[in-house]
Amino acid sequence: MLNRTTLSEKSFDWINAIFLLLLMLITVYPLVYVAFASVSDAGSLMSHKGVLWRPLGFSFDAYTNVFRNPMILKGYGNTFFVVLVGLFLNIILTAFGAYALSRKSLAYRKSLLLFIVFTMFFSGGLIPLYLTVKGVGLVDSLWALIIPQAVNTFNLILMKTAFEAIPDALEESAKIDGANDFVILFRIVLPLSMPVIAVMLLYYGVSHWNSWFNAMIFLQDRSLYPLQLVLREVLLQGEASSNLGASDGASAMLTVTLKYATIMVATVPILLVYPFLQKYFVKGALIGAIKG
Amino acid sequence: MPTFGIFRDIRKNKLLYVMLIPVLLYYVVFHYGPMYGAIIAFKDFSPRLGIWGSDWVGFEHFQTFFTGPYFWRTIKNTVLISLYQLVFGFPAPILLALLLNEVKQALFKRTVQTITYMPHFISLVVICGIIKDFTVSDGVVNDVIAFFGGERTTFLLEPSFFRSVYVSTGVWQHIGWGTIIFLAALTGIDQEQYEAAKIDGAGRWKQMTNVTIPGIMPTIIILLILDIGRMMNVGFEKIILLYNPGTYETADVISSYVYRVGLQDFNYSFSSAVGLFNSVINFILLICSNWLSRKFNDTSLW
Repeated sequence: MLNRTTLSEKSFDWINAIFLLLLMLITVYPLVYVAFASVSDAGSLMSHKGVLWRPLGFSFDAYTNVFRNPMILKGYGNTFFVVLVGLFLNIILTAFGAYALSRKSLAYRKSLLLFIVFTMFFSGGLIPLYLTVKGVGLVDSLWALIIPQAVNTFNLILMKTAFEAIPDALEESAKIDGANDFVILFRIVLPLSMPVIAVMLLYYGVSHWNSWFNAMIFLQDRSLYPLQLVLREVLLQGEASSNLGASDGASAMLTVTLKYATIMVATVPILLVYPFLQKYFVKGALIGAIKG
Repeated sequence: MPTFGIFRDIRKNKLLYVMLIPVLLYYVVFHYGPMYGAIIAFKDFSPRLGIWGSDWVGFEHFQTFFTGPYFWRTIKNTVLISLYQLVFGFPAPILLALLLNEVKQALFKRTVQTITYMPHFISLVVICGIIKDFTVSDGVVNDVIAFFGGERTTFLLEPSFFRSVYVSTGVWQHIGWGTIIFLAALTGIDQEQYEAAKIDGAGRWKQMTNVTIPGIMPTIIILLILDIGRMMNVGFEKIILLYNPGTYETADVISSYVYRVGLQDFNYSFSSAVGLFNSVINFILLICSNWLSRKFNDTSLW
C-alpha cells in the first residue's frame, strides 16, 4: 500500500535512467573515439570530420609501430620498475606505520600521529622538496620516483583504521603464545586485512603508473623516462613525428593514428584492473568516511 | 617525566619503534626536511653555500612578489579557478549519488558506477592529450559545434575559455569517483528513518530532503572543509599540461607560477617565498573553515 508507484514517480525513474545513460555515454565516448581512431586507416581518419561511430577502415599498423619505438618500450620498462618496487616499499612502510600507530600500548601514539598528519595540511613547497631530493642524491635516478612517495598519509590513516577494527583478543592470544609484533603483523593482521591491502595496491599502483610530474623535475636522463613522460612528448608537445620513428612520408600520416594507439597502450592496463578491485575500494571509502 | 617516559615506552614497545623508525625517517626527510628548507624564502639561496650558509634577506622576496605584476594575476586566477571548481565540482558528485540512490536495479546502478569511475583512473597526461586533441579547431568538439551552426574556436588558445575547459573536464573526470564517499555515507543511514517517513506520508522527494540529505550532511561538511582548505592549492599539474604563454593571463595560478619561476628560471628563493605564502594561506583557510564548521555544525576534522 505504501509502496504504490505513482505516475510522477515512474516518470522520474525514466528521466533519471535516461540521464544516467547519457552521462555514461559522455564518460566513455572520448575513450571509444580513441579506440576506434587507433585502429582506423590513417588516411581516412585525417579526412574525416565529426563524431566517429566505428573505426574507419581497419589497420593495426599504429600498434606495431608503437611497440617498435624504443622510447615507449623503455618507458614501459621504467614504469614497471617504479610500480613494482614502489608498491613493495609502499605496502611495507604503510603497514609498519599503520600497525605501530594502531597499538594502544604505544604511549605516544597520539603525538606521533599528529606529527604525521600535520604534513597533510602544511608543506614546505615545491622548491624545498626539489632541493631535498637533490640533497639526498636521488636526482636522475628512478629511486626519485619511489622513495619520496614511500608513504601516503591518507593511505596510512586508512590502513590504521582498518587494523583497529581487528578484534584485540586475536592479538592478545597470539602474544600469550609468544608471538612478537612482526609475527602478529605478518601472520594475523595483514592476512585479515586483504581488502584494505587490495585498495592500497590500487591507489598506490595507479598513482605510480600515472605520475609524470616528479619524473619531469627529477630526471634529466631520457633513458629513465617513465611511460607518462614519453606520452607527454607524443600527445602534448607534438614531437610525435620526430620521436616515434616516422621518417618517410607514408609514416608521417601514420602519426595521426599512432597517437591514439599510444594512448590505448598506456591506458588499457589500468582500465582492465580497476573494475575487479571496485568492491574493495568502495569498502575502503566506507572506512575512510565513517572513521576518517 | 617525559624524557624518562619515552625511554620506558621505547623499551616496552621495542619492535613497534623498530617499525616506526623508517616511517618517521621518511616524514622527517621528505616532509619536515622541505619545511626546514623553506627558510631559503628568507635568504638568497646559492647552491654553493647551501641552505644554512646563504645570506639572510628577510622579507625581500615576499615584498618583490607582493608588489610585482604577477601577484594579483596569480591570486585572481587561483581564487577564480578554485571557486568555479567548488561551485560546479563539489555538488556534482552529491547530485549523482542522490540520483544513483534512486535507482532500484542493482545491475544498472553498478554499471553506471563502474563506467563513471573510469576517467579517474586515466592519467592526467592522457586526459590532457585527449582534451587538446578534441578542442583544436578541426577536433571533435568543434565538428559538433560547427554541425549545429556554431563557430569553430581553438579553446586552449583562448584565454577566455581556459577556466571553463579546466573546470568542466575536471567535473567530467572526477564526478563518478566523488560519489563513492557519498554513496558510502548513504548506506549508513538508518532504514527505519525511511519507514517512519513513509508512514508519515512522505513521498520520495520528501524522503530525500528530510532523511537522505540530512543523513549525508556530516560527510558533505567534512569534504567541504577539506576542499576549502585546499582552495589555494589548485592542481598545477593539469594547468602546466594545458596552458601556454598565450593563456597565462587566465591560467597561471600561484603553484604554476612557483613551478615556472623556480624550476624553469632557477629562481629558487623567490619561488620558495611564493610557495610558502601559498602554504600559509592554505593552512589558515583550513583552520578557519574547520573552526566555522565546528561552531555552526558540530562537525569538524579535529
